[in-house]
Amino acid sequence: MADALLSVEDLRVSFATEEGVVEAVDGVSFDLAAGEVLAVVGESGSGKSVTAMTLMGLTRSPNARFEGTAQYKGTELIGASEDELRRVRGAEIAMIFQDPMTSLNPVQRIGKQIVEQIQEHEGLPDQQARERTVELLERVGIPRARERVDNYPHEFSGGMRQRVMIALALSCNPSVLIADEPTTALDVTIQAQILQRMRDLREETGAAVILVTHDLGVVADIADRIAVMYAGRIVEEGTLDQIFYDPQHPYTWGLLGSITRVDKPRPARLPAIAGLPPSLANRPQGCHFRPRCPHEFSECSKVPPLEAHVQGNPEHRDRCWLSVDEKLAKREVLPGEIGLASKEHAPA
Amino acid sequence: MGRFIVRRVIQMVLVMFAVSVLTFLIFNVIPNSDPAVRMSGRQASESTIEAIREEWGFNDSLPQQYITTMEKVITGDLKSQFTQLSVGKEIVKGLPRTFSLAIGAALLWMFVAICFGLYSAVKAGKFADRFLTIIALIGISMPVFWIGALANYYLGFKLGWFPNGGYVEFTEDPIDWFYHLILPWTVLAILFIGFYSRVLRSNVLDTINEDYVRTARAKGLGERQIMIRHVLRNSMIPIVTLWGLDFGAVLGGGAILTETVFDLQGVGQYTAEAIGQLDVPPVLAVTMFSAFFIVLLNAVVDILYAYLDPRIRLQ
Amino acid sequence: MATEPLTEQAGLQGPAAWEQEAEREHVHGLGPWRLGLRRLRRNRVAIGFGVLFVLLVLSCLAAPLWAKHVAHTTPTENHLSDTIKLDGKTTNVVGLDGVPIGPTYQGEFFLGADPNGRDIMVRLLYGGRNSLMIGVVAALMTTILSVVLGVIAGYFRGWPDLTIRSLLDIMWSFPVLILGVALGVALALGGLQLGPITIGGDSLLIPIFIIGLVYVPYMARPVRGQVLALREKEFVEAARAQGAGPLRIMFSEVVPNLASTILVFFTLLIANAVLLESALSFLGAGVRPPNPSWGTMIDEGVDRIATAPHLTIVPGLMLVLTVLSLNVFGDGVRDALDPRAKVRLEH
Repeated sequence: MADALLSVEDLRVSFATEEGVVEAVDGVSFDLAAGEVLAVVGESGSGKSVTAMTLMGLTRSPNARFEGTAQYKGTELIGASEDELRRVRGAEIAMIFQDPMTSLNPVQRIGKQIVEQIQEHEGLPDQQARERTVELLERVGIPRARERVDNYPHEFSGGMRQRVMIALALSCNPSVLIADEPTTALDVTIQAQILQRMRDLREETGAAVILVTHDLGVVADIADRIAVMYAGRIVEEGTLDQIFYDPQHPYTWGLLGSITRVDKPRPARLPAIAGLPPSLANRPQGCHFRPRCPHEFSECSKVPPLEAHVQGNPEHRDRCWLSVDEKLAKREVLPGEIGLASKEHAPA
Repeated sequence: MGRFIVRRVIQMVLVMFAVSVLTFLIFNVIPNSDPAVRMSGRQASESTIEAIREEWGFNDSLPQQYITTMEKVITGDLKSQFTQLSVGKEIVKGLPRTFSLAIGAALLWMFVAICFGLYSAVKAGKFADRFLTIIALIGISMPVFWIGALANYYLGFKLGWFPNGGYVEFTEDPIDWFYHLILPWTVLAILFIGFYSRVLRSNVLDTINEDYVRTARAKGLGERQIMIRHVLRNSMIPIVTLWGLDFGAVLGGGAILTETVFDLQGVGQYTAEAIGQLDVPPVLAVTMFSAFFIVLLNAVVDILYAYLDPRIRLQ
Repeated sequence: MATEPLTEQAGLQGPAAWEQEAEREHVHGLGPWRLGLRRLRRNRVAIGFGVLFVLLVLSCLAAPLWAKHVAHTTPTENHLSDTIKLDGKTTNVVGLDGVPIGPTYQGEFFLGADPNGRDIMVRLLYGGRNSLMIGVVAALMTTILSVVLGVIAGYFRGWPDLTIRSLLDIMWSFPVLILGVALGVALALGGLQLGPITIGGDSLLIPIFIIGLVYVPYMARPVRGQVLALREKEFVEAARAQGAGPLRIMFSEVVPNLASTILVFFTLLIANAVLLESALSFLGAGVRPPNPSWGTMIDEGVDRIATAPHLTIVPGLMLVLTVLSLNVFGDGVRDALDPRAKVRLEH
């Protein structure tokens, strides 16, 4: 995409551990257009969080190695110096973390924590920065913001703290907002409120969002495009509708099949993908999903490329050797129901 | 905050009472020979022992004995068995010297330990860190009186860089006061520098991995700001408690060895001399007062802690 | 919802989770002890100092051999008017001005003599036996007392816990050295009578008893904390559900899980006990002369540091080497067994 705000190309992150190199991110590429919401979905260990952290230069393990590029408005982020990254962090790309209970400094007033960022990037005088902070807190829906700006994090509930985190992230009008599991640690009802708030704010600010989550349900309301990650690779990428209504990769079927749905009768047992994600140190050759996939065949020992297979949808790409027709035939476990058959009962 | 303070003060008084009972038990009731003999020191005459028995009421009931002892301690009626000088007066006389030693050493060790600990943590796993770790371990492995005696002899006596022991009143000559205390401060601080820098290092390493430090980094703050505003402050909280305790311990006891080696003539040296002569009353008084002082400091530190860490206040 | 393995729930993300997970994969089937041993073996510095400690202990144990076959004297034998041959010249062991001979680096008076003409090397080794014995036995006593108190307090909670905790808190209020000194002074004359057992004031058991006692709060507290956490664990629940009594649970379920804590503490306790012994002896409230210990030897040496510095330097170096080797080794063991553990002794 020519108008990409952020363009990630073949990003690889590996960690040297006690028993060899672990490829946490194994050649991830995607583009993010201005104002777009991209959801990165995958189980833990799929490399989605590492990808997000790496864009911000927050993967700080001394054992980490980075390859590939990530261009933000033409600036290279991978391997950039701390000084360059500092100018980007918070001001251009901001981040919301998973656990609002631990992501705020417990011994600093929340207002101070936001003011600190505003002053770092814009050098506003105290009073102005404080005014902006109060406005921000009001905007994310914190009642009596003018009083609460001087409270400590422990005086807020989890949902309120996540709002503070969002206010913090938005405080310098970033062009990209990376939200790493922003609702995972919250109650379901609070999750909905936070997502609603994020959707509204996105309309208002026009910031592009990378939403990292393991929960496809969260994505449905807010994402424009979805990238599904498995074991360090993007296995499928497409628009919301393409992923939800025409999923091409068996892993995506499994993910979709395991969403609880209120519009369908409750299944006796919540379908889950059989087996466990592969060990990080020794992943299977070829398609990483192969050992868990009921539709595995000889071709699968080669790494499938991320390519468009569906006619007329060049932006819908996946990594699977099955043909589009085979996929159509295999992904319905029940009539009208997408899912992944269990490995033992796989049709031959 | 007010209620917290009141509760803490009540607790403090209770602990002080318990401390005084334990001290009393150690010196007056410990199961061995006649306490009067023990109290009279070595080679006391029969009549002295009888007088002591009478004075301390060793024939009375234990609660009565406790009250007699406490009266003596609190009213300053306690006399050295050896010099017959008032213990209270001797302690008060030595306090400025002991305070001078303890405060200087405490500031020194805190400052150096912060530098070492922080540097060590930032360079974790690298050569500088390993080097400082070994240095710190050597520091905590050296007996204070040994390194003190060597420093005093080689740096003070032989090389003449520092005065060979002794103490000068601050009011008399502040510069000389400082000059005389440099070696004792350093020697006393060595052990604590080793210990604190290791504690701080591990606290900093824990804190660096906290989510809010990642947040600070994601905000685009500079490394220096992150370390000082977010990492150091949170790492310091546990250390402050420790510092209060150790400061009390040094004031009430740790100074014994250092003062003796450098001939500072403070409470510590007074105690050391009393120990050498098995002179019970001064040791008893110093034991009780130092424990009192630690209990007091502990309460102060808790209150300070509540101020530093807002989460405590609500509990 | 998709399956969400443990790492993310535990709040670990990114590299930490990756590394930990990789570790878990790899240690599959390896017990914590084997794993610890493996990590320890890689820490060459710690191993080196551990070996050094063993060598120090062995040489102190060999003290009688050295005394009999090399130095031809005993630790308490005076040689005030003796002479020895140095480079063919006959030299007084103790000079006419009272200054003893320095290190000769030959069999007799290898490290010189003290003002009574006693062989420093022999006293050093015998003193080391005393210092180490006090250190090890006192550390053992602290460990046993702390584990018993900590387990009782942590396991039963309620009033036993309250009692033990209050007692420990009160002891905690005394600086270690002061408490040791107070007990030392109180016990120096008259010794200790515990029921039928009488211990003389000059006995080595007195400093052992004192040192063994004063460190108890520092170990019992963390042990109690661990037991509190352990008693809520599933395997303890399971044992309880099977009808195991409290004693059985304590000894077969709880105590084995304290093993790594106990081991690390024990090492560090010996180091601290040896140091405290030297301080108490230096002040005259520990080992009583003429019994040698490194502390008493330094005490005797400090007064003569200007004329015979070797009297101070030699026992001090020995002491530092011993304590340092224990501290480094203990540190390595702690890192190997549980890098996240916060086992440490405070002063």
